[in-house]
Amino acid sequence: MSNDFLAVNNLTVHHGQLCAVDDVSFSVQRGEVFAMIGANGAGKSTLMRTIAGLQKLTSGSISFKGQEISLMPPHKRVKFGVSLVPEGRRLFSSMTLEENLQVGEFKSNKGPFNIHRIYELFPWMPDRRRQLAWQFSGGEQQSIALGRALLTNPELLLIDELSLGLAPIVIEKIYALIPEIVKEGLSVMIVEQDVAQGVGVASRVHCLLEGRTSLSGVPADLTSEAIERAYFGADLNSTKDH
Amino acid sequence: MIWFNLIIQGILVGGFYALFACGLSLMFGVMRVINLAHGDMAVVAGYVAVMLTPHFHIPMLWSFLVVVPLFGLVGYLVQRTLIQKSIDRDPFTTLLVTFGLSVVIENALLQLYTANAQTISIGSILYKSWHPASIIYISYQSLVVLAIAVVVLASLQLFLSKTGTGRQIRAVADDQEAAQLSGTNYRHIFGVAAAISFATVALAGIAYGMTTQFAPTSGGINLLFAFEAVVIGGIGSLWGTLVGGIALGIAQQIGSHINPQYTLLGGNVLFLIVLAIRPQGLFGKKSSL
Amino acid sequence: MSISPREIGSDLVSIRRTTHSPGITLVVAGAMIGVLTGAPWIFPASFVTVLMNFFILVSMATMWNLMAGYAGMVSIGQQAFVGLGGYATLYFALKGMSPYVAIPFSALTCALIAIPVTYLLFRLRGGYFSIATWVVADTAGIIIGTIALFGGGTGRPVPGFTNFSPTQITNFAYLSCWFVALVVIAGTYLLLRSRLGLVLSSVRDNEISARSSGVKVTSARRTVFIIAAAGCGAAGAVLAIAQPYVQVSNEFNIQWAAEMLFVSMIGGLGTVEGPIIGCVIFFALQQSLQSYGAWYLIIFGSLAVTIAIWQPRGLWGAFRDKFHIELLPVGYWTRSKKQ
Repeated sequence: MSNDFLAVNNLTVHHGQLCAVDDVSFSVQRGEVFAMIGANGAGKSTLMRTIAGLQKLTSGSISFKGQEISLMPPHKRVKFGVSLVPEGRRLFSSMTLEENLQVGEFKSNKGPFNIHRIYELFPWMPDRRRQLAWQFSGGEQQSIALGRALLTNPELLLIDELSLGLAPIVIEKIYALIPEIVKEGLSVMIVEQDVAQGVGVASRVHCLLEGRTSLSGVPADLTSEAIERAYFGADLNSTKDH
Repeated sequence: MIWFNLIIQGILVGGFYALFACGLSLMFGVMRVINLAHGDMAVVAGYVAVMLTPHFHIPMLWSFLVVVPLFGLVGYLVQRTLIQKSIDRDPFTTLLVTFGLSVVIENALLQLYTANAQTISIGSILYKSWHPASIIYISYQSLVVLAIAVVVLASLQLFLSKTGTGRQIRAVADDQEAAQLSGTNYRHIFGVAAAISFATVALAGIAYGMTTQFAPTSGGINLLFAFEAVVIGGIGSLWGTLVGGIALGIAQQIGSHINPQYTLLGGNVLFLIVLAIRPQGLFGKKSSL
Repeated sequence: MSISPREIGSDLVSIRRTTHSPGITLVVAGAMIGVLTGAPWIFPASFVTVLMNFFILVSMATMWNLMAGYAGMVSIGQQAFVGLGGYATLYFALKGMSPYVAIPFSALTCALIAIPVTYLLFRLRGGYFSIATWVVADTAGIIIGTIALFGGGTGRPVPGFTNFSPTQITNFAYLSCWFVALVVIAGTYLLLRSRLGLVLSSVRDNEISARSSGVKVTSARRTVFIIAAAGCGAAGAVLAIAQPYVQVSNEFNIQWAAEMLFVSMIGGLGTVEGPIIGCVIFFALQQSLQSYGAWYLIIFGSLAVTIAIWQPRGLWGAFRDKFHIELLPVGYWTRSKKQ
């Protein structure tokens, strides 16, 4: 076993007959922000769901803190320190804001986050804690989902499509929190369609194209042309350069 | 005065229906399973009370102290094995399996205890009734059952909203995957929901046995009533189930007032009317259908 | 849908319905039909009675399987149409029609009643649909039980047999049961090979994609429900003739639904042969355990539950998958041609 914090090796995942993730390998180190970028349908969300345990893998391996976790059920992975903020927020719609957070807190690990701390991060929450989840705006729901995931006190926080359907100013605000989260000792892996956002916050970037790795590196080393090509596919310029 | 009496009697019997139905409603809300053996579990509870209580040297009235926890345990185990296995296949299989169980249970009871009717005799003041006005008789027994139903529903409501496990149950009902991402073992939560369902229906079965006679095949008709109460009240709403039970009780009383043969017809007609006009029920959300 | 199967067949793959020569099937089927038609004159009376009950259940189970195995509707209220079919026969016989002639009319009556019923039931899905079918059956039973002409709850003998000798009555009852079963099975088989069969299998494979490609799922389900009502009505009619007595507690008994379900599941849901094979097992168990009371139902029910969980294709389904044999093929087998 490698001493990577999260190591994904030769991961292949099928959606029925469709191959959504095809032989992807990467690793995430302790304390870093890792961004997975790619166009719609590139397999990013499937990848995240597989790491969180919601989806079965076809082949390959996922190890976390040196232990193979690919057969662990999702709730055990939470206990082991992996938490996912799912695409589309997925709040418990019949519950209040506070109850949503309480569900996250109920089986949590020991760590820096409790409901009080979440209310500090999002000062608007305490006054509205008795409102039902569906009554909040998209940005507010995303914050609640983030809070709910943080309350499990993960060591690795996975965030799927944080910016989807949100206004730029709201996205800015939520992204501004990520350094604070990292300061608490967490590692963060984000999945983004919005390349600028993903590259801006990350220490390393990995790009997926149609289920395969198309690019990987440190943002400073990557030209915007290279990222663009990796994102949309090489034949955009109709050149075959490998 | 006659109508007033019909409503009083309807409310009394409606409380019993709600007690019977809340477990059915809970199981559907949480794991989308309709337990077609739900009614039979009540009958089994009645038989267990009759057959087992003498061995514990406790009065019949207190038999629920043994039977209800026992059924909670049985519910958890049946869920974690048989029902979970069918859920893992598809919703269709859960119907086939629970219906199969229902038939097996009824015939097993028939084989073991014959078709003779049984009753849980408690021989106490509960058989008396309160007689506040000329034609109104309120039996203490149905009053007690109504009170139990209200207490059970209220505690269930409290449990679901105020405890961590209760919130997990609601979380799983809302969004199973999101609940797992929050550290919830949904299979365990399914088991807990089934345990509550079996325990409440066992209590209902004992209450039923104290009120009237029961036989191996009594489960079916009770499942029908429970189901009607759930649909009339609205799927997934506990208090809706109580209102649904009471509405069903009143409809049956009205039916029986017209002609004793029409008791059940009254309930069925109300059910079909609700189905035609408001299929989500009185308190239900449209999406839950 | 511009390419016809034959065009494909001519080129790369061969497409056949059968896995073996259709000639053999025809000969075997012809011989069986001959023997079963002559059964009252070949077999002892006790066996003929068993056969009679067998065919009644085969008809019901085939209809139930059409609904559940092909259209995804689990009904636990098919006894509604068994009962209505029986009482329709009683009604026509009371009005002077020969009970035998009344069979198709009883089936038609059930189909007509089923039409408005679908508009009510199709508002519910899954399990709620199932229990609602039961409520409908319960309601129908209660209403029939209050009609004085039908003898209320105690029932009434079916008239119209006075011109026949006892032997004739038994033989004709048997033949009615057998012919109804034959028509129901043959009808189901032809139906599944028709356009409707194609629609049903596309819905079964993927309802959402079927809907989005313009398949009228609800109307296909409605058609199946109505046909199943007619089939169960015919079974109820021959049940009334076989008795020859109708009674609410017998005709509207949920036991019928239980037997239909078990037999279909054990034999194999979604195959034409399944319910028939399930019935054979059912009657074999019933006959060999008949001195032990309800045990055959307990064993049979447990077997059905076990099969539903661990072998959902049923015994015939498992057998067929293993040996690639189909007696009554409704789909196609495709095979690449050797280049």
